[in-house]
Amino acid sequence: MRVASELRFRWMKDVALPVLLKARERRPRERPRGESPLGPPLESTRSLKRLMTRHYALARYAEGARPVAWVTSGAPVELLRAFGCYTVYPENHAALCGARRMGPEICAHAEEAGFSRDLCSYARVDLGHALSGLTPVGRLPRPDVLFCTNNICQTILYWFKELSHGEGIPLVMLDTPFIASGEGTPEVFDYVAGQIKDAVPALERITGREFREDRFHDVLRSSIRASALWGDVLATMRHRPAPMTVFDAFVHLAPVVSLRGLPSCERYYEGLLAELQERVSRDVAAVPGERHRLMWDNIAIWFALAPLSRLFAEHGWAGVAGTYPNAWAETTHYLDLADPFGSLAKTYTLIFLNRGLDYRLGLMEAMGRDYQADGLVLHSARSCKPYSVGQYDLRQALAQRLGIKSVVLEGDMTDFRTWSEEQAKTRLTAFFESLDG
Amino acid sequence: MAEKLLVAGVDVGSATAKAVVLDRDGRVRGSSLLPSAPNLSGVGREALNEALAEAGAEAGELAAVAGTGYGRAALDFAALRITEITCHARGASVLFPGTALVVDVGGQDSKAIRMGPSGEVRDFTMNDKCAAGTGRFLAVMAGILGTSLDVLGPAGLRAMKALSMTSTCTVFAESEVISLISQGEAVPDIAHAVHQALAQRLAGMVRMVGADGPAVFSGGGALNPDLVDCLQSLLGLVFQIPERPQLTGALGAAHLALRKAGA
Ligand code: SF4
Repeated sequence: MRVASELRFRWMKDVALPVLLKARERRPRERPRGESPLGPPLESTRSLKRLMTRHYALARYAEGARPVAWVTSGAPVELLRAFGCYTVYPENHAALCGARRMGPEICAHAEEAGFSRDLCSYARVDLGHALSGLTPVGRLPRPDVLFCTNNICQTILYWFKELSHGEGIPLVMLDTPFIASGEGTPEVFDYVAGQIKDAVPALERITGREFREDRFHDVLRSSIRASALWGDVLATMRHRPAPMTVFDAFVHLAPVVSLRGLPSCERYYEGLLAELQERVSRDVAAVPGERHRLMWDNIAIWFALAPLSRLFAEHGWAGVAGTYPNAWAETTHYLDLADPFGSLAKTYTLIFLNRGLDYRLGLMEAMGRDYQADGLVLHSARSCKPYSVGQYDLRQALAQRLGIKSVVLEGDMTDFRTWSEEQAKTRLTAFFESLDG
Repeated sequence: MAEKLLVAGVDVGSATAKAVVLDRDGRVRGSSLLPSAPNLSGVGREALNEALAEAGAEAGELAAVAGTGYGRAALDFAALRITEITCHARGASVLFPGTALVVDVGGQDSKAIRMGPSGEVRDFTMNDKCAAGTGRFLAVMAGILGTSLDVLGPAGLRAMKALSMTSTCTVFAESEVISLISQGEAVPDIAHAVHQALAQRLAGMVRMVGADGPAVFSGGGALNPDLVDCLQSLLGLVFQIPERPQLTGALGAAHLALRKAGA
């Protein structure tokens, strides 16, 4: 059985999928671009699509051939890769469902089962998917292990427990204490590092595979490189005019979230960075006639990414920085091959969502200056409380420190029942008008 | 534009459509106020024609038209389309120079706008996700009380008793009002409680933009004297009320059209 699954997986991975994907790409695609206010689209988007389609298409063949892990966005995936796990990110999958405008439909299944509409819509999409099988990617593989870290929020814990109970799947959970102020203490990092070490024998048992230190090191090295490349990709937006926008960053974020530690992820960002650097050298603008630059706070409004990006561009606005895309480049510099467990503990405990508002304020202030932002859009996500709480204080403090105006957009990551496009347009347009005087 | 001496602002909202025609010196030559209709462009044009008729002028004399309000995108005859936030701020500062705060209660949304010394928009907040805090809320409450919007305000002023209402959610407030009616409470007292609840919501919005200083109340809500009173005492502010508060947005739009025509 195992051998058959392995053969099928390899055949799909090395033979069938590459051919299928190529064939799909060759199909001529007519995309009437009309009179777009946006600059030329990024060439790399095609490789991105290929990479992510392949990842999701191959996922279902991984069942039985590889240990399958469902992972949260803030978990030290490097450890899982050392066991050769095939990883699926429910958050990334939920974002995809959001972008395909499937959020409310899938959420409804979770709501019918009794989950509150106030619950994080990523959780509702994922639980709704577990209950209904609805997904835009065909099928997700059944997990052998659930791997989660509460550095992004506590919701994740109950959400993953629910998956674990419902399906009887082992759950490995890492607890990262909240760093309300300061830089964290050695005790905290020891506590987290201890849990990561303890996860090793647990994962050996669950996956039936041995922990390979050499592989672990390779993965760490690759992860460090991918995150650094991602940081460089984002930094190209410091250039005036910006060669891409924060909306592009949201889209091109997928590999560093869900494939970091794999060579394909590094290769992807090498290509993207080269393309952006080339754009910078020729002053190619993502928003031709860029007049204003803005920073975006919070997760994307996935279902409205395209209309928002258009609206910004129509007014000469380039989104050049975002706290969310930045999160995957923010703390990886702590990773250190000489102290893998300790440095993983630091990297994953010190992400901004696990720290007090003062830290976030400092981070945003620095980003605002580095990227020369003259406006701030705060997406108040209806169902992501940990990210949205405190935004009114942040905007007031930033108005004082940076002297920039800001606007709050009420929305959600995937649930467009909370969204009114017309009203959002009015808010944003009024905001743009107020900046133009 | 030697012979084109007029400009216009057209404000198409969810409840009403308004137009203001100005001459080159910014004097109002004609205006109109109609109930809105599903055909936004049609009702906008109708409002404009009516204002032109009042001015004794024709469309050909218009040097520029600016559209605003939630129907602005449909106004194909308007060369400029500007949000109601910018237009209300402009309208208020034309009427009352030095205005630092505008509270607008319209049919579909309400807003608080903070302005700088030259009338520029500094910050704003809108209540736009549901009917709570809007003119629609008042209309629904008036309906349950078996009265109309223009009676509700004066009725509230005659309240003798302070009733409390906890909801501004239109659905919840509706059942609260129904239960107050069934308890035999008087209409003026209930009307006052409704205004008090709405004013609290508006006060929250004003605090959010953090404005104080010369204040203007615009939109249909300004015609409700009890609502204005409630908000004034909650904020400790005195509001200036335009003679025809519903036209503030159209007036602002017309002035922005004038600026464009002059440029
Ligand atoms: S609540 Fe927010 S941080 Fe937590 S999983 Fe949902 S979207 Fe992510």
